[in-house]
Amino acid sequence: MLYKPTIGTRIFDVCNVLLLLFFAGVTLLPFLYILATSLAPLTQVLRGGVILWPESLTWDAYRTIFTNAHFVHSLYTTVILTVVGTLTNLVLTVFMAYPLAKKRLKGRRTILFLVVFTILFSGGMIPTYMVVKALGLMNTMGALILPGAISAFNLIIMRNFFQSIPEELEEAAKIDGCRNLGVLFRIVLPLSMPALATFTLFYAVGHWNQFFAAVMYITKSNLWPIQVVLRQMIIEGSTQDFEAAMGELKIIPATIKMAAIIVATVPILFVYPFLQKHFTKGVLLGSVKG
Amino acid sequence: MNVRSAEAAGRAAETGVLYKRRRGKELLMDWDLYLLLVPGLLFFLLFKYVPMWGVVIAFQDYSPFKGVLHSDWVGLKHFVNLFTYDKFWAIFRNTILISFYNLIFFFPAPILLALLLNELRISWFKRSVQTIIYLPHFISWVVVAGMTYLILGTQGGIVNELIQASGGEKVAFLTTPEYFRTLIVSQSIWKEAGWGTIIFLAALSGVDTQLYEAAIVDGAGRWRQLWHITLPAIRSTILILLILRLGNILDVGFEHIFLMLNSTVNSVGDVFETYVYREGLIGGKFSYTTAVGLFKSLVGLVLVAGANWLSQKFGEEGVF
Repeated sequence: MLYKPTIGTRIFDVCNVLLLLFFAGVTLLPFLYILATSLAPLTQVLRGGVILWPESLTWDAYRTIFTNAHFVHSLYTTVILTVVGTLTNLVLTVFMAYPLAKKRLKGRRTILFLVVFTILFSGGMIPTYMVVKALGLMNTMGALILPGAISAFNLIIMRNFFQSIPEELEEAAKIDGCRNLGVLFRIVLPLSMPALATFTLFYAVGHWNQFFAAVMYITKSNLWPIQVVLRQMIIEGSTQDFEAAMGELKIIPATIKMAAIIVATVPILFVYPFLQKHFTKGVLLGSVKG
Repeated sequence: MNVRSAEAAGRAAETGVLYKRRRGKELLMDWDLYLLLVPGLLFFLLFKYVPMWGVVIAFQDYSPFKGVLHSDWVGLKHFVNLFTYDKFWAIFRNTILISFYNLIFFFPAPILLALLLNELRISWFKRSVQTIIYLPHFISWVVVAGMTYLILGTQGGIVNELIQASGGEKVAFLTTPEYFRTLIVSQSIWKEAGWGTIIFLAALSGVDTQLYEAAIVDGAGRWRQLWHITLPAIRSTILILLILRLGNILDVGFEHIFLMLNSTVNSVGDVFETYVYREGLIGGKFSYTTAVGLFKSLVGLVLVAGANWLSQKFGEEGVF
């Protein structure tokens, strides 16, 4: 330290730590409350008050939702949607970003302009809906995957990332007899792992949390992803599916709703720490203007 | 030396004449790159550009039976309707107001948070706080809305139970128009303010620590350092994001609003996209709501282009 901290500085530091603790608390508290209540026994829930620690663990609420065929099926749909959708996103984004990163490619600027233009202007909800309908995608997984197959933002960031890989590497590989695709798969992609991890996370979160496309394009409830079912349960308050089980196990709708929230949230929060170390790097590398 | 490596060597050399003569061949050699572009181009064509062409139904009385090609043209009828319709202006007002409140309360939140985080000396504490405040970004709006319902609802909502237990009257947070905008802005701050700090913290981490040392030697306290070093370091980031925000003033987060809307707060909460969804998709007024959407997109385009021009005028890098 070059200087002695003054009293003012000390006070500021303490206040700062307290303030940030408060913000972190405000962020975590709703989760804790919902998690604890979903696990708490009925007696504790009925007594009221904020529950941040269950007196004893009760898995009844979870047992109830996991024995509900509709809920489990929507989870299954969402897992498939997330895996297939994310793969589609990654493949299409990489395939398009790679050629666009090559300065020698003719028509590159035009295509880039056309891509950026879609960020600035869009046909809007109704014409997009009409296209999806005309393609016969209504009530198919395709309606949830194809209209968002490439995010223009991610594409641009990916392209900038590819462009930042030294061209000499490609030239060396070509002298050794590699074709364009060989360069992409053997050299560029292995070097792009931080970016790929970031986009995997972003696209996967997008699919897991997908709600509105499903509301628009999926009218059959057996194809609903988890978020739509959640909304129906919590916001529209329809838990009659669970009534039989509720009578038997003596649990209340609120606990079931909370358990459903936890089930729909935990998988996403679970992948996040594993990818966290990549994404700050990945996001920032790519977003530097190229 | 085989042909391919000879060509690679030629390209590397990039001597004018040889390079030019080879260009036709280069195109052929890169046929696989062009092939890679095809699926992406198809995507943009089908799902982005065909809908842009589809806005022509804003100038028609579109009928699903006649199709886009054979529906009757009605000129600007729908636009005249929309500009003379009270409901449209109510929607316009709601959208602008929510956007305005977001600008005043939500926009500065990540900046303040980043500044506070940046002052922390204990790095494990800083990292833990960051990890926690990033979390809500990954949660769906359905879950955020659901938690809000469970916490603030009048039937069993914990906040109301506490109010009652302490002798107060229940407050209908979710169905009182006066609370709607506050609720929307607070949810946005809770969900995204932490995540928003990433970009500012990155800008701050690039500051040369010698600047601070020099300032300390010159006798600058914490405030002086903030004012003369830290804030200038993130000035251009703030400006670019602010300008982008201004350009997207008609976009207020569709899912979010849609999930929080109910019949009692419609008067203050109905925004362009929820309106288009309800009247258009559910109500079947395809042509009219496409006109509404087109109006919104065009205003958005003008605002973004204007904002970009402004940013360059301020001597900052343009966004596009």
